[in-house]
Amino acid sequence: MVPTTGVLQELDLGPLLPRHASELIIGIVLMLIIFVIMWKVVVPAFEKMYQERSDKIEGGMQRAAAAEAKAEAALADYNDQLSAAREEAARIREDAKNQSATILAEAREKAVKESARILDSGRSQLDAERSQLLVELRGEVGGLATDLAGRIVGESLDDDARAQRTIDRFLAELETAGQAR
Amino acid sequence: MTLGLLPMESGGGGYTPPGVDDFKWDSMWPGVLPDWFNKPFAQAVIGALLVIILWWIASRNLKVKPSKGQFAAEYIYEFVRNGIARDILHSDFRKFLPYLLGLFSFLLVNNWFGEFFLFMYPTFSNVGYAYGLAILSWLIYVGAGFKKWGFGGFLKKALIPEGVPGYLLPIVIPLEFLATFITRPITLALRLFANMFAGHLVVMVFVVGGGFLITYANNTFFNVAGGVSLAFSLVIMLLELFIGALQAYIFTVLTAQYVSTSIAEAH
Repeated sequence: MVPTTGVLQELDLGPLLPRHASELIIGIVLMLIIFVIMWKVVVPAFEKMYQERSDKIEGGMQRAAAAEAKAEAALADYNDQLSAAREEAARIREDAKNQSATILAEAREKAVKESARILDSGRSQLDAERSQLLVELRGEVGGLATDLAGRIVGESLDDDARAQRTIDRFLAELETAGQAR
Repeated sequence: MTLGLLPMESGGGGYTPPGVDDFKWDSMWPGVLPDWFNKPFAQAVIGALLVIILWWIASRNLKVKPSKGQFAAEYIYEFVRNGIARDILHSDFRKFLPYLLGLFSFLLVNNWFGEFFLFMYPTFSNVGYAYGLAILSWLIYVGAGFKKWGFGGFLKKALIPEGVPGYLLPIVIPLEFLATFITRPITLALRLFANMFAGHLVVMVFVVGGGFLITYANNTFFNVAGGVSLAFSLVIMLLELFIGALQAYIFTVLTAQYVSTSIAEAH
């Protein structure tokens, strides 16, 4: 090869000077061809295989992790359910206790009310009967008394006003006697 | 003793020591093929074909569970992928892996040609091929820098190191320019070339000299020395195998390193 630049012509590079300029080009071209093959064929093939391999290993690990997670979840679920059931039972027991207490209280209250009502109604009935009796008695006793008195006296007590006064007095006496008793 | 090495001194006994001229090859078929179609050229082409074919075969039918052959291919592949590309380039390694893998394989095959029958000559002891690869590596690491940082951005990053006071910049910038853009490719090429060249020369000295001495007439001492020399050349060739692999590795590592400094976030 004939050096092209002036400096190189004067400088004897010896073996450092390529004998043929084509050597550089050949080296570059061959390396580029190799690069393209590596780029398009070899490296993708190897990387794909590595990817598959790591996927496989990772997949196995992931599957194991998933199974473990599932088991853990099931355990947690079971524990949750168990504690929930315990809580439920406790709550039901508590409820029952509360409920029985309320029922008891309610029943008692009801009974008390009922008894009061019965007492009230009995009392009022008694009152009513008593007053009715009194009215009846007053009429009858008056009649009877006058009748009796008339028969005993043998004379007609025609003076009604006087008779009435006598009866009233008698009745009042009766009442006071009844109240004092 | 007057034996000395007299018969091997130039001019005496018709011995021509191996030298620079042994690296000059003529056309493989003078008159028909052009001058540049010489032995190194044929080796470079065969080396490239070997690299392509071997990797092509290796990359076919890759299994998740490797066979023995695939295991060997994977070993070399991972050596470049994990040991060089990923270690130096980290997350960006995938983009540059094809070049680095091809570079390492091409260098290794051609360097080992120096110790293999039929070839017995390392292709990269021809400096032109070394220059070619160095230029390509230069284009890649400079191109990667320009692509990542933009023209001005990469120049600024490459030429102005962080934390250098302003008054030193007139000195630092030319130095950094020289280091990044000039000496890197030259040292890449020369390191490879010189190692291959010198290694082959040493082998030749032992082989040619040993061959000359072992056939030297009427001198048993020379013949024995020649035998020892030839035997020793085998040891040198083993060393050359190692150096060939080492130089392929160094060239590839340095290329990856230069790419890494071009695209790294901070110095």
